Amino acid sequence: MSVQKELVINTAWCKGCGICAAFCPKEALELVKGKARLKEENACILCGQCEQRCPDYAIYVKETEGGAEQWVKPY
Amino acid sequence: MGKTVLMQGNEACVEGALAAGMRLYAGYPITPSTEIAEFSAVRLPQVGGKFIQMEDEIASIACAIGGSVAGVKSMTATSGPGFSLKQENLGYACLAEIPLVVVDVQRAGPSTGLPTSPSQGDIMMARWGTHGDHPVIAIAPSSVSEAYNLAIRCFNLAEKYRTPVLFMMDEIIGHLREGIEIPDHVEVIDRPTVDYPDAKRMPYQIKEGQLVPKMAAFGEGQRYNITGLIHDESGFPTNSTEEAEKLVTRLMHKISDNYDDIVQVDQVNMEDAEVAIVCYGGTMRAAITAMEKARAKGIKCGIFRPITIWPFPERELLAASEKLKKVVVAEHNYGQIVLEVERIIKNNCKLGFVGKVNGTVITPEEILAKVEED
Amino acid sequence: MIDTSNVSEKTVNTSDLIYKYMRPEHLPHIWCPGCGHGIIMRDVAQAVENLGLDRDKVVLVSGIGCSSRAAGYMDFNTIHTTHGRAIAFATGIKLANPELEVIVLTGDGDASAIGGNHLIHAARRNIGLTVIVMNNTIYGMTGGQYSPTTPRKAFGTTAPYGNLDRAFDLAGLAYGAGASYAARGSAFHTQQTIQMIQEGIRHQGFSIIDVASVCPTYFGRKNKKGSAVDMLRWQKENSVTVEQAKKMTAEQLQGKLVIGVIHQVQYPEFTFEYQKLIQRLAKEREE
Repeated sequence: MSVQKELVINTAWCKGCGICAAFCPKEALELVKGKARLKEENACILCGQCEQRCPDYAIYVKETEGGAEQWVKPY
Repeated sequence: MGKTVLMQGNEACVEGALAAGMRLYAGYPITPSTEIAEFSAVRLPQVGGKFIQMEDEIASIACAIGGSVAGVKSMTATSGPGFSLKQENLGYACLAEIPLVVVDVQRAGPSTGLPTSPSQGDIMMARWGTHGDHPVIAIAPSSVSEAYNLAIRCFNLAEKYRTPVLFMMDEIIGHLREGIEIPDHVEVIDRPTVDYPDAKRMPYQIKEGQLVPKMAAFGEGQRYNITGLIHDESGFPTNSTEEAEKLVTRLMHKISDNYDDIVQVDQVNMEDAEVAIVCYGGTMRAAITAMEKARAKGIKCGIFRPITIWPFPERELLAASEKLKKVVVAEHNYGQIVLEVERIIKNNCKLGFVGKVNGTVITPEEILAKVEED
Repeated sequence: MIDTSNVSEKTVNTSDLIYKYMRPEHLPHIWCPGCGHGIIMRDVAQAVENLGLDRDKVVLVSGIGCSSRAAGYMDFNTIHTTHGRAIAFATGIKLANPELEVIVLTGDGDASAIGGNHLIHAARRNIGLTVIVMNNTIYGMTGGQYSPTTPRKAFGTTAPYGNLDRAFDLAGLAYGAGASYAARGSAFHTQQTIQMIQEGIRHQGFSIIDVASVCPTYFGRKNKKGSAVDMLRWQKENSVTVEQAKKMTAEQLQGKLVIGVIHQVQYPEFTFEYQKLIQRLAKEREE
């Protein structure tokens, strides 16, 4: 079994502190109207730095058991 | 038949507590309660229990509450200044409904006062010491035998009603030595525990027929929350005015609605009495002699002794006062329970008072003089 | 992947880690935007996950203040106690049932002002508690008063002209009092802090992890430290490891945050020693 990963933002829990965007090694995140947002799909490398420092558990790398083929980010 | 042994009041308190199932004691040295810690330190590890000398009085009651939360019957003991220090956490145990026994071997105050001298000056602190409205059960022994038997009763009530119970001893009884009979069997009540998974996540819910919410020990699998904030049935804080009223009302009523089960009073020669001496704890000993002397002089004198101080046995006292000419309250303070008595008897009969705050004991003659007074 | 086989079906949008170790119905938490406490609480969850502890055997004890709210959010046996007394309550729980993993989540005021006596004596006793201090150098819940860890000359609502007190070094204080494990982490240094919490839990004896949190709302605003991001960036740029610090002079260490294990030693744990006493007495009775 492989694991599929994707970045998820729960805007309902996001308090807009900007920590995720500030420490994203790829500068892939931004704040729009006080909520975190991924600038463009391909920019995220799913490293989880944002998840580790989000004080509100509003951004995370979702892991799901995938099929036989591993899902790979196109970068 | 049990065996008869010579014992000190403080020691009897420990032995009674052990018989009731106490397996954790946390305390701090303070005269005149120190022997309770010393006997606990010797006896607890002998029966697989734990003794710990904490860094202060506040830590001691906190530690005892922690022990109870983990499912072990726990006790702490102290005297006046330490009882003052314990008040905040006492209120915590009331609100969070943690079974616990707190012993106060009263000594003369205020402040450091007269550390080795008898007093009953903490009786009102027992009722009102911790902030906010809260339920109180307080019990006062007047013999070494009662120090043993009522210590058991304190634990039983604490477990049954999920509340701290105050054992209001005094220096007279704490340091008194007399022969007592240790019963072969004692009645022991344990807290109502949770039937899994029935109460999961609703740790403060009461089902029909229950006195109090069932209590799970930490580690048993319920993973619930305990807080000193006003909480709802889920155990989590709430700002709801309805929930606040509901909780505080329930806490008060779980004691007041069970008056008959909780309140005990010792009435001696009250059948034909015209004058009653109202006293409690160690003062009883002088009262007995005073009553005997009064009877010898032809005065129909009786004794009305609350064993349960809080809730105060007001129904019994009110009924008695209707047949009495006079009540004489004797207590080792400047006048505390006498205020309660005054409130209860209204103008049914006359009221006299014998108090003492100089560190000596009230004598039978002092009580007798008030009994004889017109 | 986190094993969620014994966790109820997910009802909110958050990670498996949070869903497993928090009480999601009580989230989002009450802490301010950018508060470091949320990061540290996640570190605790990650450490427990990494160690594979049974949630039913973990007890979380808190006192009063911002930090204390963690007890309501984490899905363990949780008890939110009185101000300063968390360690004393925790001592009773651990003594009554030494099989429990007892974690104390406390704040700087809670642990070292009103609760300072319990901190040093639990350290001296070497009882097996893991104390995690969410150290934001301010009283947040009451609105920004200076605490025992507020730096000298810093501002608080009760230090309007600058703080005259000197600050406690909590890990050093606990070490001096006899703690057998003392470490310092930070809200920024999540990996290191998670590692320290794991070591602290696994350690047989009293352990303390003093974690530098950030309070942008009160400490940050009063002291012109900027946003939460600025404060975390400060931690990133001004921290040195314990090893690096050993080679630095006192002057060079001024204004630095020293991260790492300050002290670790093996020493008999209190409840273990008490259990041995009970066994010894039982044996003597048999003989």
